Amino acid sequence: MIDLKGYGPALLDGAVVTIELALLSLALSLTLGLIGASAKLSRSRVAIGIATTYTTLIRGVPDLVMMLLFYYGGQVAVNNLSDYLYDAYGVDFFFQFDPFIAGVLTIGLIFGAYMAETFRGAFLAVDSGQIEAARAYGFSRWRTFHRIILPQMLRHALPGLGNNWQVLLKTTALVSIIGLTDMVRVAEEAAKAERMPFHFFIPVAFVYLSLTAISELFIKWLTKRANVGVVQGS
Amino acid sequence: MPEFIAELLNRNDIFTASTIMEYWGGLVTTVQLVFLSLVLGLILAIPLAIMRTSKNPLINMPVWLYTYVFRGTPLLIQLYIIYYGLAQIEGIQQTFWWDIFREAFYPALLAFTLNTAAYTTEIIRGAIVATPSGEIEAAKAYGMSWALRMRRIILPSAARRAVQAYSNEVIFMLHASAIASVVTLVDLTGAARNIYSRFYAPFEAFIFVALLYMALTFILVFAFRKLENYLLRHQRPVSG
Repeated sequence: MIDLKGYGPALLDGAVVTIELALLSLALSLTLGLIGASAKLSRSRVAIGIATTYTTLIRGVPDLVMMLLFYYGGQVAVNNLSDYLYDAYGVDFFFQFDPFIAGVLTIGLIFGAYMAETFRGAFLAVDSGQIEAARAYGFSRWRTFHRIILPQMLRHALPGLGNNWQVLLKTTALVSIIGLTDMVRVAEEAAKAERMPFHFFIPVAFVYLSLTAISELFIKWLTKRANVGVVQGS
Repeated sequence: MPEFIAELLNRNDIFTASTIMEYWGGLVTTVQLVFLSLVLGLILAIPLAIMRTSKNPLINMPVWLYTYVFRGTPLLIQLYIIYYGLAQIEGIQQTFWWDIFREAFYPALLAFTLNTAAYTTEIIRGAIVATPSGEIEAAKAYGMSWALRMRRIILPSAARRAVQAYSNEVIFMLHASAIASVVTLVDLTGAARNIYSRFYAPFEAFIFVALLYMALTFILVFAFRKLENYLLRHQRPVSG
């Protein structure tokens, strides 16, 4: 076993932070993606406009720039808000905008845009006759969504979703730049202190590699499950 | 610089002439870094993709391992390993390599090139594998050798299939290049970070740079759309 010079537990904690960050961002991005896709497919012009602007803006800006904007800008915005609240209503309130929150917000927002595109395609792939049949049976809109559309769209959404998740997982490494003590940050500090870059970065690279490998297997399993009953052409 | 622009800049607190020049310097670094790494990455990727489609495991397995590792780990880690790691190689500081790798630009270029080459290899491999077998059979029937077949039939036809996925990779690379700023390079993001810390103005510094990246992205999207139209012009419907 390699000797981690006492940084082992810190690296392990960092790995847990990375996984938490990735899962929370995933939850946020799935929510935003569903909302975005519904907005894009709605009849309201305003909703379509907002959703299109959102996905276009996100695709034009690097994730790191957005993260820096959210982290540094977020604190200034919160400070301004608390100043205003104090002056106007005498409410004393302070909120520390930490890198974890900035990270989850940025990654969630960025991948929300990609998820919206994935879900839009998947929604469109559901046969409209299925939805009409549900309506004819008197299903409410919500019931149609979660009983008819969701199970059928999942099959079409999974490949895109899996890809997005793999990219998201690797994007979490960026949060170390704004100061979150995830495993990349710990490895960087350890590598600098001990002057042993390979010694600390290669194990971290392996953790990422195994996380992507495990995800790949999991996605394969999910795809198999979602495709039960679908006859595939050879 | 024309007078009126200079006057306009002088009246602005943050976007003075020196700030604009800093952004300009960053833009030049970003474009150089992204352009060079994409060109080098593509040059590496074409032979690697051909090797990756080989049936001999001794040829395709090493390439598979390379793309798997570089696609499965964050670019930031690759950059750190190369940037901090190169300096640690025994004796490198006595060779001419040290003159090259002492500056942050070249380790960043190396990391980006290796990363984009891995993704591009897989894109080209996918396109090669999808070549219709009829095209290859026809080429064989004409008595084309393997090399001629590759050059005249398989690669041009694969290029058409790969261009869409490759345009995504180019944009991904432009956005990923923002992390060069963490190894002391003053690229666009690095310039924005300097200006942020000088004026403590996060919104101005970062939104401005975000707009610059967005402009670059849309120029690339437009250029690739033109390229795609050009490459796929034989598939355009006759009417319209």
